[in-house]
Amino acid sequence: MRLRLFKQAPNFDYFSRWKLWLGISALMMVVAAASFLIQGLNFGIDFRGGTTIRTESPMVVDVAEYRGALEVLELGDISITEVFDPTFREDQNVAMIRIQAQDGQEAVTTDTIQAVQTALQTVRPEIKFISVESVGPKVSGELIQTAAIAVVLAIGAVLIYIWLRFEWQFAAGAVLALVHDVVLTIGVFSELQIRFDLAIIAALLTIVGYSLNDTVVVFDRVRENLRKYKKRDLKEVMNLSINETMSRTFMTSFTTLLALIALFVLGGDVIRGFVFAMIWGVIVGTYSSIFVASAILLYFGVKRDWSKPDANAGNQYANIDA
Amino acid sequence: MLQIDLWKRILIALTCAIGIWLALPNAFYGPVEQHNDAVAAMEVAGSTPELEAQRALWPEWLPSGLVNLGLDLRGGAHLLAEVKVEDVYASRMEARWPEVRDALRSLTPVRRQQSPADELRVRLNDPTKMAEALEITRGLAQPVPTLSGVGATDIEVRGDDGTIIITFSDAEKQATDERTMQQSLEIIRRRIDEVGTREPTIQRQGTDRILIQVPGVGSAAELKAIIGTTAQLTFNPVVSRGTDANANPGLGNKLIPSIDEPGAFYTVESAAVVTGEELVDAQPSFDQNGRPAVSFRFNTSGARKFGDYTAENIGSPFAIVLDDEVISAPTIQSHIPGGSGIITGNFNVEESTNLAILLRAGALPAGLEFLEERTIGPELGQDSIDAGKVATIVAFVAVLFFMFVSYGLFGIFANIALIINVAMIFGLLSLVGATLTLPGIAGIVLTVGMAVDANVLVFERIREELRTAKGPARAISLGYEKALSAIIDANITTLITAVILFVMGSGPVRGFAITLGFGIITSVFTAIFVTRLMVVIWFERARPKTIEV
Repeated sequence: MRLRLFKQAPNFDYFSRWKLWLGISALMMVVAAASFLIQGLNFGIDFRGGTTIRTESPMVVDVAEYRGALEVLELGDISITEVFDPTFREDQNVAMIRIQAQDGQEAVTTDTIQAVQTALQTVRPEIKFISVESVGPKVSGELIQTAAIAVVLAIGAVLIYIWLRFEWQFAAGAVLALVHDVVLTIGVFSELQIRFDLAIIAALLTIVGYSLNDTVVVFDRVRENLRKYKKRDLKEVMNLSINETMSRTFMTSFTTLLALIALFVLGGDVIRGFVFAMIWGVIVGTYSSIFVASAILLYFGVKRDWSKPDANAGNQYANIDA
Repeated sequence: MLQIDLWKRILIALTCAIGIWLALPNAFYGPVEQHNDAVAAMEVAGSTPELEAQRALWPEWLPSGLVNLGLDLRGGAHLLAEVKVEDVYASRMEARWPEVRDALRSLTPVRRQQSPADELRVRLNDPTKMAEALEITRGLAQPVPTLSGVGATDIEVRGDDGTIIITFSDAEKQATDERTMQQSLEIIRRRIDEVGTREPTIQRQGTDRILIQVPGVGSAAELKAIIGTTAQLTFNPVVSRGTDANANPGLGNKLIPSIDEPGAFYTVESAAVVTGEELVDAQPSFDQNGRPAVSFRFNTSGARKFGDYTAENIGSPFAIVLDDEVISAPTIQSHIPGGSGIITGNFNVEESTNLAILLRAGALPAGLEFLEERTIGPELGQDSIDAGKVATIVAFVAVLFFMFVSYGLFGIFANIALIINVAMIFGLLSLVGATLTLPGIAGIVLTVGMAVDANVLVFERIREELRTAKGPARAISLGYEKALSAIIDANITTLITAVILFVMGSGPVRGFAITLGFGIITSVFTAIFVTRLMVVIWFERARPKTIEV
């Protein structure tokens, strides 16, 4: 027998409380924004400059010992975290050391890195340096800027495309849903203080793409049903459209989540933050295409009669020659 | 309609076959890589039995394009350097001074004055001749070829209270910057080629930056030692030697420290006898005492100058100066004809080898400042590949299974299409020589998840059409027809974001954008054409009265 979520097309009423849903989304966005403003993001070195060193050792990581070795170098704020991962071997003990950008240095100095490595090797001779990454403050500032521009450009391009293919109400709904997704994702990164680096921007843009994918499928059906059922109430048509596309929405989200969860568990710690962002984005994106994008479409209303030219426009042009 | 023309069928099948064909080498990464390296090595150095054996690991008639692995997967060093293009202005201005002096000599005696490095200030003894002096100096300007500016000249001259101030025009600065960048790129490329690593990436970024990625180098620090040195080599006559860092060197001389005698300073004549530009060869070698040294040879004009100078100055010391530090200051024992010599100093073997490389490749026109450096160990890369492989396989199997239990036979069609889809992504990546990065693997996994979306849209639509009790043929054909607009709109919007990522992103992010973009294209192709072709062929053969999707 086939696995089927719904025997018949479901018949839920999504919009009996649409104002409530919009309110909840707005509230969550406020919470996310507040968290971002108060706590701030845990920016990686891509965005704030500095150095990260990934160490590996057969011996268990003693954070206090590492810290003690590095404190004498007076490099300012140093964070040392031990990394755990199910994909690690038994004798693989990994730590990440992050050193802030040094004052007054535009470029990165090999001397600093060398000093850190020597200091660590003195207390732990068997330690290996698996990766060393350094970004100067000059570049990191530019990276933030380009990243922000990329997100804004992507949303802008999408706005225009949907506007051309649908109506402005659809474009407004889709774009507000995207803003919702982006804000909530940034919010969760700020709330959980997960490291926010360049790869997360890629994830953010993919979320934009995915969420949009979902929204467009729903909107496409709304457009079709609006043509089909000219007399029915907009709310009714939208409920019908979402119900009709529900099993597809579920299937696609589920397979994507399946793939992402495999990557989250087995893909190693280097891309875990990135995959987390995508998983969160798939969930939020699916939610937002119904409860934000569609609810906003309902709020704005839609011009119904698609087949005939707009009556007013006709009058205006008709008057020109008269 | 449920009909596909024969030529379309052949075209679809052919496209799939080409995709799989191009992807094939990636399944045998190790042998193919060895084969490619052997072929490249044989082109340069001729054939050896060892190389022949390596080449034989992969048949000639099969494609051998591979997906490049990014630094995060293979390990290696990444540097982003900013070229200090302004460095060049000073020396170019310096070269202008004799010309200006000689041109004004007949008018009034002139004196050079202190000025910022990219300016030349000339004081006229007789300020009343300012107008004529300005005219003469302006006459020295050379036209600069630019795209827009007609009549742009290389210098701007203005008078200020008996002093003539000469600066470079913006057009000239731009042209100089452009030349500096080209030279820097060329010299960095030569230096890295001298070290002989595989597939280095040396790219210009923006107006004054160079991105250098070298797989397999131990650390970014090693890479910096090779490319970070300017390597301006000069041979200057020594005036005196002292220990005072603030001593006044006198006009036409300069005071420079010694590289391996702390506290020692040499006063040397600013004008060099010979410079590194006239070297034709430099090799690591050993001196009479068996200590590492660098032997060198000048070209003809360099050899003549060097020979003449040594003949005239037997018994006096001269300094070998590298980047404003004295490497050594030997005394000339005899006339050195023939233009070859040896640089001794306090080197170890590695340092003498590096110095030889630097001298052979030539000096950088300007200094470099490093803005970003990353070293990724090969172990981390291998761990990431392993984890990525396992995750991709698990994700793949899970999705295949889920599609099968959800859609039965149609699910199998979609699954075959999905496998072809992934093969085609790899085929495309190999074809364009794209780089696979860790986020790129995530992009493929995401594509696996999303690639089924187009099929799901169609299948769900067919289910709906079946509910309204149409015949199976009509339901399938309507399903494809009606799902198309949703598929196209949904994928174009995602493609837009992928393109923006590609344009704005760099490094790993760009790798992600490429796989995501290719994934969208191939998944739409496989869903609209490949799955449909399979469904149609099956339908023609089986002619079922009812179907279950």
